[in-house]
Amino acid sequence: MSLENRISEIIVSRLNVKPEEVTPTANLKDDLGADSLDMVDLMMDLEDEFNLKISDEEGNNLQTVGAVVEFLNSKGIEA
Amino acid sequence: MSEKRVVITGLGVLSPIGNTPNEAWQNAVAGKSGIGRLSVIDPEPFTSQVAGEVRNFDAEEYLGAKEVRRNDRYTQFAIVAARKAWEDSGFTGVNMDPERIGVIIGSGVGGLQTYEEQHTIALERGPRRISSLFVPMMISNMAAGQVAIDINAKGPNFATVTACASSTHAIAAAVDAIRLGRADAMIAGGSEAPLTLMSVGGFCSMKALCTTFNDQPEKASRPFDKDRAGFVIAEGAAILVLEELEHALKRGANIIAEITGVGMSCDAHHITAPAPGGEGCARSMIMAMKDAGITPEQVNYINAHGTSTQLNDINETEAIRTALGEHADKVMVSSTKSVHGHMLGATGSMEIMLTAMALKEGIVPPTATHEEPGEGCDLDYVPGKARKAAIEHALSNSLGFGGHNVTIALSRYKGDS
Repeated sequence: MSLENRISEIIVSRLNVKPEEVTPTANLKDDLGADSLDMVDLMMDLEDEFNLKISDEEGNNLQTVGAVVEFLNSKGIEA
Repeated sequence: MSEKRVVITGLGVLSPIGNTPNEAWQNAVAGKSGIGRLSVIDPEPFTSQVAGEVRNFDAEEYLGAKEVRRNDRYTQFAIVAARKAWEDSGFTGVNMDPERIGVIIGSGVGGLQTYEEQHTIALERGPRRISSLFVPMMISNMAAGQVAIDINAKGPNFATVTACASSTHAIAAAVDAIRLGRADAMIAGGSEAPLTLMSVGGFCSMKALCTTFNDQPEKASRPFDKDRAGFVIAEGAAILVLEELEHALKRGANIIAEITGVGMSCDAHHITAPAPGGEGCARSMIMAMKDAGITPEQVNYINAHGTSTQLNDINETEAIRTALGEHADKVMVSSTKSVHGHMLGATGSMEIMLTAMALKEGIVPPTATHEEPGEGCDLDYVPGKARKAAIEHALSNSLGFGGHNVTIALSRYKGDS
């Protein structure tokens, strides 16, 4: 499975949105309806799935789906 | 202070005997049990394996997948039952002032299932994996908070926590709020989802639950009966819309019954056992009658707490004798827990709902499973069959661990009295 698909699955499951809504430019809060509590749990899901730690500061910068992909790429996760 | 009158103008329920007020009422009158084998969780490890469960309830149908995930089962029950009560009250679409609508919802424990799930995660994976939704999902006031969001009710809002008297205290507090002019209408009642490992296990450890009818669940809850052996744990929510009389009349609301009195007291005796002779419960009933301006002789029906435990039923019987004197021999007393089980923090509002319908319909629901009275249980428990009777005044008792006693006095609403 591609990195994008893995991220998409987590977001779909956590935020109860449709897969087609999870586009690179989609804003997690404004477009996908996450509130601050959802964001915390979403970061935990990503940490579990990709076996890494996301600091609060890093998490705060992950506003869009694309930003999540880029962040994981920067951590050396490509797929 | 000229006292405002409080009437019931809406009902909503999710219960072992039905998910609409009419269905629950029909089953209560027919004595049709909602008790079955515990199935929400594996019954095998427990000494008591019977329960009253909410059936045919798909929370997603009402709330959507996301809200289901973000709310404990007890809050899901509360939101749905409150929505139904609100629709029943006819408020929907009415030009109302949200700041004059309040919410008080009691629960014995709150989000226990959430607590257990997240505690397991914390033990297995560490505290950093506790969900950010854990606290809001667990706390026992979140039902009141979520119902307010759902209905846009911006008036007084809180939760009551007095174990098995929680929802009766919620109703009592709502009556107070309307009488004091803090709100025109209050959405009040209780919700409980206690069919979890710790809760069923904990009540089993107390020897509070019935263990002698595991093969005959529908007979397990038998208030005032000689074979009673503990209560039957049950889940659900019952929410009422209470409204200031003039406000209800002005909008042409359907009035189900009037709440005329509130009584409350504490045993100050023991953490779980009732005070000898039910003296605390008796004081609560006397206070409610006084508040309602009625004499014991005017009370036709008492919906008893009647849990089917040895201690409750005998002490409540004595309490009724103390409070009503000689009239105790003439009053009809029934416990509808015989069919819906003990819904803990939701049971009081469930029983107040059924009492209101009894007043409206002129029918007293029976103690359905009652066959032979236990020693010291010597009142008219309306055994087996419902009874037609033009009842004018009724009391509904709730008693909670901690020694909390509450009584609500209800009266048949007569058009222009």
